[in-house]
Amino acid sequence: MSRNWPAFLVGCAALFVVAAPFLFGEFAVTLMNYIGIYALAALGLVLLTGVGGLTSFGQAAFVGLGAYATAWYTTALGGSPWIGLVLALVLSGAVATILGAATLRLGGHFLPLSTIAWGIAIYFLFGNFDALGRYSGLADIPPITLGPLSLAGTRAMYYFIWAVLGLMMLLCANLLDSREGRAIRSLRGGIDMVESLGVGFFRTRLAVFIIAGLLAGLSGWLYAHLQRFVSPTPFDIKPGIELLLMAIVGGAGNITGAVVGAAFVTLLKNALQDVLPSLTRNSGQLEIVVFGTLFIALLQTNRAGIVPLIKRFCPRSLPELPGPGEALAARTYAQPIADRGQLLLRVEAIAKRFGGLVAVNDITFEVKAGEILALIGPNGAGKTTLFNLITGVLKPADGRIFLQGEDITALPVRRIAEKGIARTFQHVKLRPNMSLIDNVVLGAYVRTRSGFLSGALRLDRREEQAARRDAVQKLKRVGLGDKANALAGDLPLGQQRLLEIARALAADPKLLILDEPAAGLRRLEKQALATLLRELREVGLTIVLVEHDMDFVMNLVDRIVVMDFGVKLAEGLPPAIRADARVQEAYLGGVA
Amino acid sequence: MTPEIAIILAQDGVTTGAVYVLLALGIVLVFLVTRVIFVPFGDVVGYSALTLAALQIGKLPGTVWLVATLAAIATLMETIDLVRRGDIHRLPRALLLYAVVPLASIVPVVLLAGRELPSFLSVGLTIGLVLPISPLLYRIAFRPLAGASVLILLMVAVALHYAMSGLALLYFGPEGFRTRAMTNAAFDLGPLNVSGQSLLIVLASVVFSALLFLFFERTLTGKALRATSVNRTGARLMGIQPGTTGAIAFLLASGLASISGILIGPVTTFYYDSGFLIGLKAFVGAIIGGLVSYPLAAIGAIFVGLLEAYASFFSSTLKEVIVFGALIPILVWRSIIAAGDVEEEIDEEEREAA
Repeated sequence: MSRNWPAFLVGCAALFVVAAPFLFGEFAVTLMNYIGIYALAALGLVLLTGVGGLTSFGQAAFVGLGAYATAWYTTALGGSPWIGLVLALVLSGAVATILGAATLRLGGHFLPLSTIAWGIAIYFLFGNFDALGRYSGLADIPPITLGPLSLAGTRAMYYFIWAVLGLMMLLCANLLDSREGRAIRSLRGGIDMVESLGVGFFRTRLAVFIIAGLLAGLSGWLYAHLQRFVSPTPFDIKPGIELLLMAIVGGAGNITGAVVGAAFVTLLKNALQDVLPSLTRNSGQLEIVVFGTLFIALLQTNRAGIVPLIKRFCPRSLPELPGPGEALAARTYAQPIADRGQLLLRVEAIAKRFGGLVAVNDITFEVKAGEILALIGPNGAGKTTLFNLITGVLKPADGRIFLQGEDITALPVRRIAEKGIARTFQHVKLRPNMSLIDNVVLGAYVRTRSGFLSGALRLDRREEQAARRDAVQKLKRVGLGDKANALAGDLPLGQQRLLEIARALAADPKLLILDEPAAGLRRLEKQALATLLRELREVGLTIVLVEHDMDFVMNLVDRIVVMDFGVKLAEGLPPAIRADARVQEAYLGGVA
Repeated sequence: MTPEIAIILAQDGVTTGAVYVLLALGIVLVFLVTRVIFVPFGDVVGYSALTLAALQIGKLPGTVWLVATLAAIATLMETIDLVRRGDIHRLPRALLLYAVVPLASIVPVVLLAGRELPSFLSVGLTIGLVLPISPLLYRIAFRPLAGASVLILLMVAVALHYAMSGLALLYFGPEGFRTRAMTNAAFDLGPLNVSGQSLLIVLASVVFSALLFLFFERTLTGKALRATSVNRTGARLMGIQPGTTGAIAFLLASGLASISGILIGPVTTFYYDSGFLIGLKAFVGAIIGGLVSYPLAAIGAIFVGLLEAYASFFSSTLKEVIVFGALIPILVWRSIIAAGDVEEEIDEEEREAA
């Protein structure tokens, strides 16, 4: 039963939508038409804000672009609403691309700020163009026709709007459950984690922003042909904020939140319009005071929204794990590693300065295929900086880094990930609200190909199933096979570290870089981790790790590089390092 | 465009730009100290201008109701907080700050409104009445979310603007007001006829910018504010309370907003929502400085003033489109100079969940 919960609820909701016109009067159907149209635009904000962690106050302006595009085309040129649809999507998509390209590389707050400014700009633009009817707008927009059927009536339009909304919700849900959708869901984990998985941070953010813009454009197209009239006012900054309120009230992050939020806000607004005029003359403005206050109270007390609140009382439906079948093929690299002991990574005279502080100074070392190399040194020796240089997070001031002879010094993080270097972080970076298996499949991003469209249309199922099978194998490998559907945030720290390793393994890397993998682990967990790393070495994986636990290091690794104050102090086999006087001095402050 | 017109437009631009400078400085100040992008800042400017206008025509400004309501809510929130934490001994101080002080700014206005007041007195009353608005808003809307991300704080700020502009219509009605010029003097400088009001605006802008600079450089409080903006945690470890510095930042912002409103009131007709657009233009200026640099924000604000003046010459209807549209190339330019240097905060929702 619990598996079928969502299907059951969706069925009930669909039945309600179909039956509603027979149950309620004309006014209710009109209201539901608007709820559907707002929900479509709010759906874009759910993806953008709730899932992607970005915010736009200008969503209504995108709705306006769509509405005006089709209104102008069908009235001034007398064209078909369907060409109007194409125009609406092209225009909203193009503006989203330009705006996103300009702002998405900047810190998170520049996008919303610019959307406020551009939302206002577009309002004045609509209002001052003769061709767009200035502030009085464009009237006599023809209805949409489906073959011989004209969607002029409220009820005909009702079914059309809700069918479109249902379809878009399905496509969005599919997308979020696909390769690129997981990339979108990972955006809130921050640029370092996202790029280390081979996902383009900027590109993915831009993609969500464009998708949100397209949904708004579609919503505007429906709006224009429902109203049969457009004017600038509904596309101002205030409706933009209302759309955001809908997404947040409903529960940004949930596809269904868009509908719930749109219904809640629209019905509340309707109720306020009945009540407030009896209190004051300027009731139209009192309404926004109520909304503004409500929004602030909501952000202060229940930021998650309505849907998660309801979900808490429903059993969590667990997706089925993939059955037996073909797993994802191993990655084929341009340069496969032929032999153990072959040179894999060469760090050559690398240096990094932060202002006057020399964090890494003239370090050279090599990593051979199939070995475990430990990088040790006292706190502040520059180990993590060195890791960040190898993985491309930081760019060196001097020196070069070669992977199998290829210079990777200047490559961006995601390109280095594609070349076959996978890493874990000193402070675990997982997606706490995603299941274990989803976290691990995220690691397989570089091994899979499916794009946005094939994800939304479910053309990616074969690859997706293969990737999930592979992820289950990786989870089993690190000993978490029985918890595939648990949430990553619910795991204790030790298991989170293992999960991060599983995610790195899902990339099928040549080189695995582990930043303090044993930190915070209990003794037995450390032993299990050491066993795992030995097994991985057996199957030919090369590992470089930073670690403070000397017992752990001495019993596990093949070779050690010691750093102190940014320079290489010593390099050699564990026994030799243990006996080295300089190393002892660095750690113990001089031999008495 | 003849050179004469160009010069006149430049004069206009510098005058409005000077007001934007004060606002842009306030925006940067509030953002650096509290991470709040204070969108309703412009609304406070509007309240200031409309308060002065109401006093001049002998009416009781609706701002009185705003301050009273905010003070009541803030007092209630503070009391509940203190009782919950068991800090009842701090109640008298809270009542003094959130109830008595705002009340003290209301009472003289209520007593004196409706009479013919000398200009300096009505200006003084206006400043006194507007000053508590921003710190009270900070207490009510932002302080409960002190740990939240910039994005959440921004959403709160926008919602707050929404509520503030609705209340402004309720208090002041849809009519426009223009306050009396503070001086009718005018000077002829070659082809240029400089009005005393313009000079006053520019002078005030320079003086208050300089005062702000001195405050940061010479006073301990100013240094505490700077420390908070450089490193929040570090400042905290030095015993600087983020709640207090935040309130001071908002108080300064309120001061800048009230002065700006008084200065620009005689130059433009104010409607209940005019302040928002003025504030937003100051934002464009502040964004030129990346919201973090005072001097660049000031230069940006002057630039916006000039751009607006020249834009209104070419097309008075599209000047808003031009000014706000200019933000796009500005952001592209900032994107390029900031390339590869994206600083992302870790999402706080994530941290809660983790």
